[in-house]
Amino acid sequence: MSSNNGNKIKARLTDPPETVRVRVKRRERPDAPQYVETFEIPYRRNLNVISVLMEIRKNPVKADGTETTPPVWDMNCLEQVCGICTMVINGRVRQSCSALIDDILLEAGGNEVVLEPMTKFPNVRDLKVDRSPMFDHLKKVHAWVELDGYHDLGPGPHTPQETQQERYAYSRCMTCGCCLEACPQYHDDNYIGPQAIAQVRLFNMHPTGKMNRDERLDAMMDDDGIANCGNSQNCVQVCPMNIPLTRAIYETNREVTVHGLFGWLRK
Amino acid sequence: MSNKINIAIVGGGLAGLAAAMKIAEAGHNVDLFSVVPVKRSHSVCAQGGINGAVNTKGEGDSPWKHFDDTVYGGDFLADQEPVRRMTDMAPAIIHLFDRMGVPFSRTKEGLLDFRRFGGTLHHRTAFAGASTGQQLLYALDEQVRKFESAGSVAKYEGWEMLSLVLDDHQVCRGIVAMDLQTLELRSFKADAVIMATGGPGLIYGKSTNSQVCTGSAVSACYQQGARYANGEFIQVHPTSIPGEDKLRLMSESARGEGGRVWVPKNKGDERDPQDIPDSERWYFLEEKYPAYGNLVPRDIATREIFQTCLDGYGVKGENQVYLDLSHIPAETLDRKLGAILEIYEMFIGDDPRHVPMRIFPGVHYSMGGLWVDFEQRTNIPGLFAAGECDFSIHGANRLGANSLLSCVYGGFVAAPSAIEYAKNVERGSTETNGIYDSELKKQQEINDEIIKSEGGENQYKIHDEMGRVMTDNVTVIRYNDRLQETDNKLLELIDRFRNISINDSNLWATQAVPHARQLWNMLQLARVITLGALNRNESRGAHYKPDFPDRNDDEWLKTTIAEYSEEAPVLSYESVDVSHIEPRLRDYSKGSKQGAKKA
Repeated sequence: MSSNNGNKIKARLTDPPETVRVRVKRRERPDAPQYVETFEIPYRRNLNVISVLMEIRKNPVKADGTETTPPVWDMNCLEQVCGICTMVINGRVRQSCSALIDDILLEAGGNEVVLEPMTKFPNVRDLKVDRSPMFDHLKKVHAWVELDGYHDLGPGPHTPQETQQERYAYSRCMTCGCCLEACPQYHDDNYIGPQAIAQVRLFNMHPTGKMNRDERLDAMMDDDGIANCGNSQNCVQVCPMNIPLTRAIYETNREVTVHGLFGWLRK
Repeated sequence: MSNKINIAIVGGGLAGLAAAMKIAEAGHNVDLFSVVPVKRSHSVCAQGGINGAVNTKGEGDSPWKHFDDTVYGGDFLADQEPVRRMTDMAPAIIHLFDRMGVPFSRTKEGLLDFRRFGGTLHHRTAFAGASTGQQLLYALDEQVRKFESAGSVAKYEGWEMLSLVLDDHQVCRGIVAMDLQTLELRSFKADAVIMATGGPGLIYGKSTNSQVCTGSAVSACYQQGARYANGEFIQVHPTSIPGEDKLRLMSESARGEGGRVWVPKNKGDERDPQDIPDSERWYFLEEKYPAYGNLVPRDIATREIFQTCLDGYGVKGENQVYLDLSHIPAETLDRKLGAILEIYEMFIGDDPRHVPMRIFPGVHYSMGGLWVDFEQRTNIPGLFAAGECDFSIHGANRLGANSLLSCVYGGFVAAPSAIEYAKNVERGSTETNGIYDSELKKQQEINDEIIKSEGGENQYKIHDEMGRVMTDNVTVIRYNDRLQETDNKLLELIDRFRNISINDSNLWATQAVPHARQLWNMLQLARVITLGALNRNESRGAHYKPDFPDRNDDEWLKTTIAEYSEEAPVLSYESVDVSHIEPRLRDYSKGSKQGAKKA
């Protein structure tokens, strides 16, 4: 992007190809081998990866003219806020709804788009993966505020704008898994990963959430805890919500250190 | 037999989760069914905020004024009593979310900040940046996860409800659901069932709704005898971003924070918007509605934008108008609207901080839904409904930022209501045992039928055609001849549906079978919407017929009730509760005037 009076002007694809070649990595069932199928669809302006997949689904015929089954993928909001449609596109993990074909081709040249499922989660079929371990991680770190009850107990605590804005940034995490896909340390559940650590930060910053900070910090000190971070900083680069994940890791790490040294005094 | 009550909730958006946490808090068990992991529900798409008359701006706002604005905005079609209860509860709901840790935007003093929204002159909308729905949903998701950890909530994520299990007396005793990976069907017993499945936007093909918003489960209830009310009232949002795969929402909060809608005064003006001087711009909403300006209710803003384009004023001759924020400091925009500006930038490539956005109306919300009484009970004993899938609260037009509120309110009322019912209902009698197996068998047979069907029709093409005809004829401007044609077309599509082939020989995690089930149900609901519109010869809220341009209270101050029959929906009409405020004509071209309170 170049700048013009503060107005970012986006580079545009000026000489679009006639067709888009889409290579989809597929798998019939979890225990079956992976294979690649190639599709070719006419280029139109304003295509994104989802509309390309929808087009293929409507008419599942490969580039060589043979029929196949429609590729399976997850999608829901299509506004990059539910996180479900995450996949690896031309080697980069991201949401397929916000992956615009023009931008992809502009970056890669040529007319090829490669779609693969995420690799750090069980592959259900084709581009669909099972990210339920991420929700289990949220249980483990007690990612909630404990309340006395849901009846009317008056207003919440006063909060400075600054705190609210930092918490808001962490609270936008949609559990999409990009950070885990990109993290060299995360595999086979050996490391809880950036998303859960950012949630620890989110709740430990809240005046009421803070009251249960010890439980969260204890979880951070487990074998799969924060010490596994290798500081590659890949997470913060792939996060679609621009969450300051490395800051969360830094702040939480500091809290964990203090907790490890002096936590027992309060028990 | 244990005294613990077990309630099935279908749908894990704001309404479903609100009900789940209330039931779990009361010490009972919940089976929670959701097509997607609940954190990925459509509620995350709500942007602008949640209404509640907390009155921190010294404007003399009150729940009663919120109530009056809502009923007036809904063109008096809403039953008033539940609206009054909801607006009374609203401030407490916002405070509860604040206590749960929602990062609501703050004033300098650290209090909740409020912004303006359509159909009111007060700052009444609490917000968390411009992703309020996401933030509220996450708060409930977190609370429900706590109960899940403790064992009182069991989640069935990746399961889709196919039908209700009804006993011989038409009492709801559970549901049949399908595992979307294995296609396994199972019957689930429940002492009560709460529907919280959201809206049916996918009936229109492209809408602002998420892909799960098919209305399929609600349509199944309707086909099993649940009454569906006010189906013809579909909200078309004034400002969406047209796309190949969907219409992305551009929140009303853009106008709440000062965004202005305009078109060039010269038809077909080819200049870039920045090069068109103020004197040559037509701010048509501000001109026609001096008091409310760009914040007239959605039905009115939508019709004005639609008509402006029909009259040839659309930007560069196309169906689009400008929504302009470029006069507001970029820092303010980032703080208050960041998330939605990013969406526009991401998908269109222009920076709305500097270049006016190009927008057009898009199908957004269903005011209609399952009929419920004031305690969220449907006409089927044991079946409850909450959120967008019920018909209450919004009448003929919903005000912005009232949907998040009505979802939570509906869940909070449905939960104790279902518990109360379950405590008193006779449970587990032997005569009901057979019904689970027989309903399961019935649903399995439908699946088998779909799987072996090898006709020449493509179900996705049928879906496309349904979406197109519904968008063309059953949205902003409605004519009886075209509504009749639409129903004929729907009948043709239903006929062609019997001839589909699912096109997928691999049944593991296939999306073809679930989509076929959804499509059938959408076609049924599309008829309810269309025939409800055909029959209602007046204009009210979102339902506008040029041939019957006025609201007609004498004949049509009535709730439409649709009941399923194989031939066509059977329509009947019921009176509306107007016990608090005397119906008066809507006129937003003048300032606000409070309604006459009834004694």
